[in-house]
Amino acid sequence: MSKNNTILELQNVESCYGKIKALRNISCKVGAGEIVTLLGANGAGKSTTLRTISGLTPASAGKIIFMDEDITAKQPHEIVEMGLIHVPEGRRIFKGMTIQENLELGSFTLRDDRERKKRMAHVFDIFPILHERRNRDSAMLSGGEQQMLAMGRAMMTKPRLLLLDEPSMGLAPFLVKEIMRIIIRLNKGGVPILLVEQNAKVALQLANHGYVLETGKIVIQGSTETLRQDESIVKAYLGE
Amino acid sequence: MSTQDIILQQLANGLIMGSFYALVALGYTMVYGIIKLLNFAHGDLYMVGGFVGFLILSAISGVLGESWTAIVCSMVLSMLAVGLLGVIIQRVAYRPMLTAPRLSILITALAVSMILSNGVMSITDGEYLAFNTDLGFDGLDFGNVFISYTQLALVISASVLMFVLYFFVNKTLYGKAMQAIAIDQDACKLMGINVNRIIALTFFIGSSLAAAAGVMAGVYYGSLHFSMGFVIGLKAFTAAVIGGIGSIPGAMLGGLLLGLLEAFGTQIPFIGSEWKDVFSFGLLILLLILKPTGILGKTEIERM
Ligand SMILES: Nc1ncnc2c1ncn2[C@@H]1O[C@H](COP(=O)(O)OP(=O)(O)OP(=O)(O)O)[C@@H](O)[C@H]1O
Ligand SMILES: [Mg+2]
Repeated sequence: MSKNNTILELQNVESCYGKIKALRNISCKVGAGEIVTLLGANGAGKSTTLRTISGLTPASAGKIIFMDEDITAKQPHEIVEMGLIHVPEGRRIFKGMTIQENLELGSFTLRDDRERKKRMAHVFDIFPILHERRNRDSAMLSGGEQQMLAMGRAMMTKPRLLLLDEPSMGLAPFLVKEIMRIIIRLNKGGVPILLVEQNAKVALQLANHGYVLETGKIVIQGSTETLRQDESIVKAYLGE
Repeated sequence: MSTQDIILQQLANGLIMGSFYALVALGYTMVYGIIKLLNFAHGDLYMVGGFVGFLILSAISGVLGESWTAIVCSMVLSMLAVGLLGVIIQRVAYRPMLTAPRLSILITALAVSMILSNGVMSITDGEYLAFNTDLGFDGLDFGNVFISYTQLALVISASVLMFVLYFFVNKTLYGKAMQAIAIDQDACKLMGINVNRIIALTFFIGSSLAAAAGVMAGVYYGSLHFSMGFVIGLKAFTAAVIGGIGSIPGAMLGGLLLGLLEAFGTQIPFIGSEWKDVFSFGLLILLLILKPTGILGKTEIERM
């Protein structure tokens, strides 16, 4: 892949919570049109990697390049304006507000009301259940519906890169399949995706490329075909 | 006076006091909702608003007199100036304290309150200032009950301001962002919301509403004093808690309720108006025992 095909690149990124270093020397890439997955056990630093990219937990060293621009020192809202959208762990929808209001907030960076309406129609088209319940309090949604809302909210602007943190967490198998289908659909529509998953089986099916994190460091990386055959991965994550 | 007259008269008095309380309580509740700060300096912004309105009125009365036009102009300009002051206070005093322990920011708020009230005290030598207007003494005469046009205009202006606020918070994207920040700040950042800017906007709106109430109080009482922010600050806080702190409709409801209860409280035999404050704070205690989250409050209140 040529260099200017790279959408996102992390170069030796380091990140801390107070004095505790959560990420060391992370380097990885997401290319145009790709799905890339980050695997790793609980506490490995997957969510922290995404939080560092979107600016919620600023990098303490290294460089993050998005669309040929250095975003390492940018504020989260500036990064969102550039089209890098992060769907965080645990969905983080605005409970107490309606589904429609949640979606409107997802389009906060849009200035054009017509565009907002168009995007909302598009999201309702993908998630008809959200349309049905648009005036209900989002706190009343089931886990799967909340995940759909979180993803729909991220699609209210036209994302140029999506960071998804464990979209399948806590969902019944048929819903995991549904979410997978939607991820593929989004990606086919041209959106590159950086996917964090505990469910390695699912992630390795979807992605083109994968990185394995262990206590804040990348220990294995490669195309998903090779990763699927890697014995240590099969042992640790595919439960065979 | 017949019972009916008394009821009508106290209704009018209660609505006026209630409007002041509600306007000030709104700022209290909005700031609490968004950064969980009890802004003890808020009552002082009401006081400063009154004085700024007075200054502007004195400056423009040569041209416009002390008519309604002049008063509305001074009120609007005072709202802008004090709104800006609120933003500066937030930026300089509170923002650096947001990550510090809760108690530090409360003490900072007390310090800001003292700076404002003592500042105005030294400028005015602690004297009362006459707030002159020539609005006349006309009004609606119902036999024994009299409601001046001034009183009527104050209640109407307060209602208009509250309606505009309600519309802003519930119907605009910025207003919704304000509500969302109270729910989850990090998630708001991920929506592309500049959280600091919305917090500043919240201080601006809250402070300017307090300033509006301050100018109205100047017109209503005809005088200003540096200490006038203290009691109204406590009352507005009470109103906000009664309504459910953090809730905007709650602050409106709490303010009006407190105003009305005080007005009617003074009519209970053996309870004169000097017992008014005892009455309202007693009510606060009672409510906190029965429903700690206030009438419209949802979340549990954290212990300070
Ligand atoms: N807010 C925080 N403050 C302090 N330490 C944190 C914080 N969030 C995470 N950590 C620590 O940073 C490390 C990485 O956490 P992270 O949430 O990135 O892991 P993860 O790979 O996403 O795990 P999981 O699969 O459980 O979601 C862990 O050791 C965790 O304890
Ligand atoms: Mg995680």
